[in-house]
Amino acid sequence: MHAPAQTKRAAIALLILLAVLVVLPAVANAYLLSAMVLILYFAYVGQAWNLMMGFTGQLSLGHSLYVGLGAYAAAALFVHFGVSPWIGLWAALAVSLAAGAVIGFLAFRFGIGGVYFALLTIAFAEFTRIGFDHFDWVGGSGGFFLPVKEHGVLDLASLRGPPVMFYYIALVMAVAAFVLAWRLRTSRIGYYWLAIRENEDAAQALGINTFRYKMFAILISSAMTSLAGVFFAFYYNNLFPEQIFSMGRSIEIILGPIIGGLGTLFGPVLGAFVLTLLGDGLTELTSALGIEIPGLKQVFYGIALLVVILFVPNGIWPAVARRLGFGPAKSGR
Amino acid sequence: MALLEVRNLTKFFRGLRAVHAVSFDVEQGAIVAMIGPNGAGKTTCFNLIAGVFPADSGEISLGGERIGGLRPDQVCRAGVARTFQVVKPFPQLTVEENVIVGALNATSGVAEARREAARVLELLHLDGKSAEPASSLTLPERKRLEVARAMATRPRVLLLDEVMAGLRPTEVDEMVGVFRRINAETGLTILLIEHVMRAVMALAAQIVVLHHGEKICEGTPEQVVNDPQVLECYLGAEADL
Amino acid sequence: MKPKSAVTIGAIVAGLVALYSWRLAALPGALLGNVLVTGLLTGLVYGLMALGLSVIFGVVRVVNFAHGEMMTIAMYAATLLFAALKLDPFLALFPVAVIFFAFGYALQAGLINPFIERPEHSQFMLLVAVAIIMVNVLLMGFGPDARSLQVDYALESFEIGPLVVDKVRVYAAAVAVLLAVALFAFFRITSTGRAIRACADNLLGAKVVGLDVKRYYALTFGIGSALVGAAGVLQVMLVDVTPALGPAYTLLAFVIVIVGGLGSMAGALAGGVLIGVSEALAGVAFTPSAKSMFSFALLILVLLLRPQGLLGKKAA
Repeated sequence: MHAPAQTKRAAIALLILLAVLVVLPAVANAYLLSAMVLILYFAYVGQAWNLMMGFTGQLSLGHSLYVGLGAYAAAALFVHFGVSPWIGLWAALAVSLAAGAVIGFLAFRFGIGGVYFALLTIAFAEFTRIGFDHFDWVGGSGGFFLPVKEHGVLDLASLRGPPVMFYYIALVMAVAAFVLAWRLRTSRIGYYWLAIRENEDAAQALGINTFRYKMFAILISSAMTSLAGVFFAFYYNNLFPEQIFSMGRSIEIILGPIIGGLGTLFGPVLGAFVLTLLGDGLTELTSALGIEIPGLKQVFYGIALLVVILFVPNGIWPAVARRLGFGPAKSGR
Repeated sequence: MALLEVRNLTKFFRGLRAVHAVSFDVEQGAIVAMIGPNGAGKTTCFNLIAGVFPADSGEISLGGERIGGLRPDQVCRAGVARTFQVVKPFPQLTVEENVIVGALNATSGVAEARREAARVLELLHLDGKSAEPASSLTLPERKRLEVARAMATRPRVLLLDEVMAGLRPTEVDEMVGVFRRINAETGLTILLIEHVMRAVMALAAQIVVLHHGEKICEGTPEQVVNDPQVLECYLGAEADL
Repeated sequence: MKPKSAVTIGAIVAGLVALYSWRLAALPGALLGNVLVTGLLTGLVYGLMALGLSVIFGVVRVVNFAHGEMMTIAMYAATLLFAALKLDPFLALFPVAVIFFAFGYALQAGLINPFIERPEHSQFMLLVAVAIIMVNVLLMGFGPDARSLQVDYALESFEIGPLVVDKVRVYAAAVAVLLAVALFAFFRITSTGRAIRACADNLLGAKVVGLDVKRYYALTFGIGSALVGAAGVLQVMLVDVTPALGPAYTLLAFVIVIVGGLGSMAGALAGGVLIGVSEALAGVAFTPSAKSMFSFALLILVLLLRPQGLLGKKAA
């Protein structure tokens, strides 16, 4: 536990950050606003993934599965039946929960862990990707498109509206995910997750039903991630299986939390900021110089990941927190 | 009826007989030691009681309820907590958080678990280390953390697997003092595996001797050390007395 | 092989055949024969690629997440050598393999060896990072479009009765088998090979007798890299190369070694053939783009039913 003074300082800093984010659209241009939407999106999914890997120690490399299932579920209901995304998101939740339950049940019952678990998650995502390539009801590999209305009109019920609407939705989602992760972390379930991550045998010997709590982790994480998919579908209005289900997308999800700091609450947020701002800054810089190089941003991501793993394996948040004076002084995470 | 009853416990590993027809009782409030040479089947016995793997045959019951065949977490919830011979701390968590995890087993929430953890940490003289990550502890401290975590689950029976190994004599005496005090004050029942005879003789009122997976002797410390079979197969060889 | 694993393999193969047969029944026999032979030959090249992954995992216990990316780098290297020097891929094999050996050695010695004591997932992420860099550097260098390599004899084929088989495919498969045999011999006969096996079988023992384990790890990663380099050079004669193939091949190699048994060399080849044939059959029975779906389904099944792989040994 942090000393009260540190907690207070952290809380104040957090409130200031939140206030800045709330008033930001008033001053931000379209470009900054879209970058911010991306940051908040990655902060949100990063938080969801972090529950599984950072807290519970289960490495999922197939989180794009839940994004894709959520996106397609809500989008298909909207396009084919005119169902509002606010209702569609329940279908998204249901589908992703089912997928998470199947993967979790199979993996944890059969005792599949570590690298094998990671491969299993990839396999399910890839299997589904190819399946959707041939799923003509939602456009197959040709893509699935949501009707785009005029941008200025705000229609909150069917999530059609200007970028600033999406900005505030993303902000609410990111804040809610942060609060949820924080509440979970400081409650019984959070302690149990950390115990499982640190030593599963010892956790079980202390009375923790490890299967049940690992299931909770994958279920909560997959449900949260599917909502990101719903957001994605209505923000971008187009879905391609080879993009949304791809392993590249899964990797993008996990970069933020790893670079920011696995198992920390601020890591996913900080990682999303750092990666997106630096990555976008890099592309801006090169295009200003008149060079358009596909892949440059991803190379940068790869190098950033490499550098963090090699030199700051706990991520940058713990170091930043110490510098700012509101992190744990000694504790590992 | 004894609190913990073990009847005809048998376990084979790939045809190898690890534990064979072992029976013994642990009375409510007693401290019982299990001794025997390396490979005698002591830790296997513990693992069977703790539910790490099921017995091939035999019965284990706690307060009359069968606990044989339960998973480790179910055994713990039923009231049997154990430590590991090779300590298994949660290295990146603080000492306090380690014990809170255990305390959550018998408390309604984190706040209560934190109070319970503070109490247990004080009992084991770890209260000065609460905020340290477990990875920074010395081996004797880790052994005490292992005990603290298990005790925090509020067990009816505490299984201690060589918690004195590697400790200096003064540290052993200190641990013995802790267990005596806990036993006297709370009536906690303890079953321990121990090689350090200094601790066994100081703590146990009853000793079970295993050899080649079978119980060869059971009784008070005096009975055991005077038993010719024990002297021959075990004490003679290690000459710890 | 124990009878039980033979039964498992038999059951899975029979299941596959049963799955495909209702779609395949309508096809003419000659076509089916061609498909089977093509799948078998392609599968041997896949097997060589997977052998590299398997050797690395079996000894170093590191999962080379950049394996497919290395494969595509070799494929590009072969197209460059062919375009610039008219170097036949069967000759380009040797310089590429040597360079890949050096690269793999350096990668293990410089980057991964310091990571051996770190948690599994951080080694994993390290190689993910390497893979991301590789695939996107290729994208920057060569663009997203496919490149092909056409040797003079690319369109020639052998005709055996009703079967028509591409010559390059036969040669490539033969070279893959030769290299695999050479590798088996290396591990059985040479003292270096035996030392590497000692590191794999009994790490503590190897350290006790004074083997420089980290050097053997680097050698092993070099050998695994040389194998995937060679496999890439062979593969580019069969398939056009794009950067996006990298992650796909990484997954394919995983599927093969897990199906065959991680760390089992024979399993890697057998797994390659099984996947090669399965994909070829799925390609004609259903649609070519759905073929890897069957591989992933197979992977999921094997992970659940027999995590040690079809030919793998059960973990102690």
